[in-house]
Amino acid sequence: MPDCCNLRAHRQVIARRSDLGRKVGIVANPEDVKAQPKTPLLDNLEEGPWPSFVKEIKSAAETNEMSADLLQQLELSYEEKQGHWKHGGIVGVRGYGGGVIGRYSDVPEKFPHVRHFHTLRVNQPAGWFYSSEAIRTLCDIWERHGSGLTNMHGATGDVILLGTTTEELEPAFKELTAAGFDLGGSGSAMRTPSCCVGEGRCEWSCYDTMKVSYDLTQAYQDEMHRPAFPYKFKTKFSGCPNDCVASIARSDLAVIGTWKDEIQQDDEAVAEYAANGVDIQRDVCDRCPTRAMNWDGTHLTIRNEDCVRCMHCINVLHKALRPGKEQGAVILIGGKAPIVQGALLASVLVPFVPKEELFETLQELLSRIWDFWGEYGNNRERIGELIQRVGLANFLDGIGLDPVPQMVSAPRDNPYIYGDGGAK
Amino acid sequence: MSEVIPAKRITDIGPPHYDKYLHPVIKRNYGKWQYHENLAPGVLCHVAESGERIYTVRAGSPRLLGVKTLRAFADLADKYSEGYLRFTSRNNVEFLLAKEENIEPLKAELIALGFPVGGTNNSISNIVHTQGWVHCHSAATDASGIVKAAMDALDHRFTHEDLPAKLRIALACCLNMCGAVHCSDIAILGVHRTPPKIQHDALRKVCEVPTLIASCPTGAIRAATVDGNASVEVVEEQCMFCGNCYTVCPAMPMNDPECDGLSIWVGGKVSNARSEPKFSRLAIPFIPNNPPRWPEVVEAVVNIVEVYAKGARKYERVGEWIERIGWPKFFELTGIEFTRYHIDDFKNAGLTFARSAHIRY
Repeated sequence: MPDCCNLRAHRQVIARRSDLGRKVGIVANPEDVKAQPKTPLLDNLEEGPWPSFVKEIKSAAETNEMSADLLQQLELSYEEKQGHWKHGGIVGVRGYGGGVIGRYSDVPEKFPHVRHFHTLRVNQPAGWFYSSEAIRTLCDIWERHGSGLTNMHGATGDVILLGTTTEELEPAFKELTAAGFDLGGSGSAMRTPSCCVGEGRCEWSCYDTMKVSYDLTQAYQDEMHRPAFPYKFKTKFSGCPNDCVASIARSDLAVIGTWKDEIQQDDEAVAEYAANGVDIQRDVCDRCPTRAMNWDGTHLTIRNEDCVRCMHCINVLHKALRPGKEQGAVILIGGKAPIVQGALLASVLVPFVPKEELFETLQELLSRIWDFWGEYGNNRERIGELIQRVGLANFLDGIGLDPVPQMVSAPRDNPYIYGDGGAK
Repeated sequence: MSEVIPAKRITDIGPPHYDKYLHPVIKRNYGKWQYHENLAPGVLCHVAESGERIYTVRAGSPRLLGVKTLRAFADLADKYSEGYLRFTSRNNVEFLLAKEENIEPLKAELIALGFPVGGTNNSISNIVHTQGWVHCHSAATDASGIVKAAMDALDHRFTHEDLPAKLRIALACCLNMCGAVHCSDIAILGVHRTPPKIQHDALRKVCEVPTLIASCPTGAIRAATVDGNASVEVVEEQCMFCGNCYTVCPAMPMNDPECDGLSIWVGGKVSNARSEPKFSRLAIPFIPNNPPRWPEVVEAVVNIVEVYAKGARKYERVGEWIERIGWPKFFELTGIEFTRYHIDDFKNAGLTFARSAHIRY
């Protein structure tokens, strides 16, 4: 066992209290926290090389009673090995059915300042880009109206403003919108779309992920803010098959950039990689999933007709190879985590859409998908689960898409065919 | 109605346009990037067709950030990156620099503030995680504490790029999996192991019985009359502890300090590079909660990382390495016990049975 996970070292850490956080100056002045009850378990997590969330909470607790009570309640959870939050009840801002997660302490008599501890989901700028001014604006608003604690960012992509009271929701919202920010989605609604850095800073992006994500967000404000779906609906936009926002696993509609023509190849740069010691045969050709590449010691040949556009060779030889010029995206549907009927990876719905036609195609598709889902979906049934229940072929009929072989890894292997068996 | 609505109330404006947050170098070269170079762990240089360069310095963060730290990031951005910064899908912070000479001073300041620089290429990037006991009602464990303890142990893997391939760890504090836990190289997943404890009194007031019954994926919840009132009962042997009933009905709490804990999953990925995206598979069914540092969880994760680092070939992700050596070898090398819990018994379980005579011993 390496030293880094030496259990004895951990126990020593546990046994010791430290003021490391105070030394680096982002945590409470000892004078300010003196009045607070001790939090020996959490204090332990101020130590060690990785940045500490406990320091962050303590820092906010210096001037904010909510954060101070959060710290104490969390210490109680660490002592008892259980959470102390309740959900339920509808809280929000006027005219919206989402964007606020209602949360209440189940021990409010002990920690009155987290009796309410609601979260605001604030729709992030596409690609999670900010100016320092924008960051300060969010901080100022949240210092005035909430705990002063955030998540940058939540799992779906929003800025999470963590913890405030029901009374502060509307004033916080007012300031946020005045500053140009709006709430994201929650509940059975269109959830906040998110995207990779795309054309902003990546040579592999096969479409403008930030623009498509932004435009779609703007087009569906009503669907985001007023839940009217059977369950949540997530969309994520990745510029290439590396899928940096995990769209295939985490979104009901995943849009993954790809290309149709040949990989762009710079032979001189390939030779340079070889000269610099890259084993092109072992690390590139032998790792190609379809063995579509040949290296004869001086020249790399790609049989593009065999290429499945996995990105491996481009990832390795990133100065020499690039996605082709005929760019667009594959659209996949139905990805989700386990709740309720089991996890699903999204599967191919449209094998290729040219990037110029992407936004229009997505709007048309979404309208047909939501119609079908609204008609046939059960309460709390994600679109992927509905497709599993009614069958992909019926779903395709329902939304008016023709089946194509790219939609399956293989045709069926059982002869129990519903319907007319293709007799017509 | 209309006269009571203040005229200036702003709604449905959506997020601010990203355009105003883009560094001028990025704006000028948007969509015209040619290639990138990896200058050091956590430091990238993207080169545009115009020849212009933008440098990225990436630092780890705890995700849970107070305004003081965020303002410190803003100050660093003003000082070194013309006021521009972004965050990554794995909750790292990135500063976008026009000047190469600003890289080292920025790194030095970040490290002095306690934010390690790294997380690029064949490193372990930040652990994507959920709210845990900090904010979640259904958490079977904390999230931030385990992430902190694990990254303390794996910090050198964040600041170095010396693994066979990238390694992505994720943590979710219950089966809702608010994160791509199900497709991670190593996933830490909070699990409940006891059925919900029905609070009949509260149930009557806050829950719809038909919705509650319909919420159970295994049909384990049935209508029942309790003390003359409409309520439900749970067929306990049919419960798989998913917690879906608790999400639709707060009177069905799952928390159980002794029986809640963690499971470890391995071999998932979302990238299409080489092999297709795949789900993580069960490695360790249960580890009890042991705050504040969960040493057994940290040890289990580090063990898998170290065995992988030693055995995998260049560019093999954890799942690809296991597919090459086979699952029997994975259990043998890691010393993890294979149990009845590793055999799937949910829908389509048979697809995971070994259906050939291709056997490794």
